[in-house]
Amino acid sequence: MPLLSVSDLRTYFYTRNGVYRAVDGVSFDLERGETLGIVGESGSGKSVTCYSIMGLIPQPPGRIESGTAVFDGVDLLHCTPAQARSIRGKRVAMIFQDPMTSLNPYLRISDQLIEPLLIHENISKADALRRGLAMLEAVGINDAARRINLYPHEFSGGMRQRVMIAMALITKPELLIADEPTTALDVTVQAQILELIKKMQQEIGMAVVFITHDLGVVSGLCDRVQVMYAGRIVESADTRTLFHGPKHPYTRALQRSIPALQAKGAELYTIRGLPPDLSKPLPGCAFAARCEFAVDRCRTSEVALAPAGPGHAHACLRVQAGEI
Amino acid sequence: MSSPLLQLTDVKTHFPINQGLIFRQHVGTVKAVDGVTLSVARGEVLGLVGESGCGKSTLARTIMQLVPTTAGTVVLEGRNLTTGSLQEVRDVRRDLQMVFQDPYASLNPRLTVFDTLAEPLRVHGVCPAAEIPARVGKLMERVGLASRFMQKYPHEFSGGQRQRIAIARALALEPKIIVADEPVSALDVSIQAQILNLLSKLCREMNLALIFIAHDLSVVKHISDRVAVMYLGKIVELGPAAEVIERPQHPYTRALVSAIPTPNPDTERTRQRIVLPGDPPSPINPPSGCAFHPRCPHALEKCKTAVPPLSAEVAGRSVACVRLGEI
Repeated sequence: MPLLSVSDLRTYFYTRNGVYRAVDGVSFDLERGETLGIVGESGSGKSVTCYSIMGLIPQPPGRIESGTAVFDGVDLLHCTPAQARSIRGKRVAMIFQDPMTSLNPYLRISDQLIEPLLIHENISKADALRRGLAMLEAVGINDAARRINLYPHEFSGGMRQRVMIAMALITKPELLIADEPTTALDVTVQAQILELIKKMQQEIGMAVVFITHDLGVVSGLCDRVQVMYAGRIVESADTRTLFHGPKHPYTRALQRSIPALQAKGAELYTIRGLPPDLSKPLPGCAFAARCEFAVDRCRTSEVALAPAGPGHAHACLRVQAGEI
Repeated sequence: MSSPLLQLTDVKTHFPINQGLIFRQHVGTVKAVDGVTLSVARGEVLGLVGESGCGKSTLARTIMQLVPTTAGTVVLEGRNLTTGSLQEVRDVRRDLQMVFQDPYASLNPRLTVFDTLAEPLRVHGVCPAAEIPARVGKLMERVGLASRFMQKYPHEFSGGQRQRIAIARALALEPKIIVADEPVSALDVSIQAQILNLLSKLCREMNLALIFIAHDLSVVKHISDRVAVMYLGKIVELGPAAEVIERPQHPYTRALVSAIPTPNPDTERTRQRIVLPGDPPSPINPPSGCAFHPRCPHALEKCKTAVPPLSAEVAGRSVACVRLGEI
């Protein structure tokens, strides 16, 4: 049985300008210890998917229209608040993109770091502090005994992200959701944080959902990758297969527009047009308007993820029909 | 060799730190840019890379004279901007324009595209008022926007389109050089590629020089002729883009290059990565000697005392490391 099984998740936002279908029918499974990358551009629904699972969608304006997210037998979307609380922050933890704004500036590092322990475990404050200190050392903060008593503004960006990771991992969760944890950091610090997540994953044996827009980060970290576009998954495969044999035109286009893979001076490959307006109904394939292979039926017929090989699935009618 | 378009000589930009409300006391100095010598030729694209806080944005603002220089000179075609009067600097700005990182913050939300693009034309009296609409239309088409959107406001455009408007505004006065401070960092990969193509095309067609600031080395390598790597206010390596990024010589450049994740799962998992310890140091209290020595895997005793100068150019490359050749 998978650790997390999300099926037919739909999260819509009701605004004055219409209903935004931010996530529109997302299903995936995650095994214990597995690292899943979710890749997509801004507005593709990758963060909303994870916020929905964690119960962090502001309602209203958001609403989870349908779907289930079963974590170890408990449906996180339909369980009681008490059940959700016993899982969230203990067995499922999350780290966020911006380490500058996701720590409480009024609380000492020590207080926010051990809060999950005090809530979820029957532990004295002194023991919790001892574990907090050990955790800070494990994530590579020098001079942790002194720094644990400081405030977030006294830390650099990379150190704050380490504190966030320590806070998320202090309860030894079975699943870590990381929402672009390195996007706001410099490359040398990003390299440190990625190494740290890999190391902690080996020690604790947790599964990781890693959200990013950087295909380079995915290639080094993830076992499996899922590409999202306009609230839907368009391709899902193990990392090697996805990088060496992408099937969906969007995945191919995304890969081709990375400057690193192109010759110097050559014109960069670009995807024409703009991502679709999610408040308008999108019959057929959401990518059809920008796709160089689109034909009439792409714009009218619904397309679902279909298997294309072991562990590989994509949602393109023309690839499925063997035409391209 | 003809004289360069833009010449920076030993430019320093320091900011004082003062404390106290009534009795302001000078307690320190942020050496954001600390002795940069650099030249840009006509039509050349110079990439400027470095981590946050290394002074690359301050250097851009210094070139634009948006912040006063503490020492050194910025000379554009024989005109010294650091000593020029306000009027002279204003005249020079026709030839020297800037594109900022965040296209959401750098456009006035209350001005239509037409107003935004017409303003520099009016201020500098470039053409008779009657010709302004036609010029604005041409500018928009030049950056790939339909001129029928002239009366729209910035919020009606996407991030990529706004960056095109910002580029059009910079081009309005037909400058000789554009300073672009992280122009694609806020954009998605597919949009980023469109803007990079546009900038390359404009440089080619208009023989425009470009100082392109970014932290993404693969983007810089793609667009630049030469690359300058900055660390803590100083240039540590300078040379042709492909050379510097494929065969970096300074230990910092090496670490920076090795830290970029590559989109290839086979090589990405096996290659040796140099993971630097710690964070970049503070420019208020920079380490003695070579500023990089506390994080450098090759540092020796002598690195702690002597500040390494940027070496003389060998095949267009110069490096600021005393152990160059040994490591």
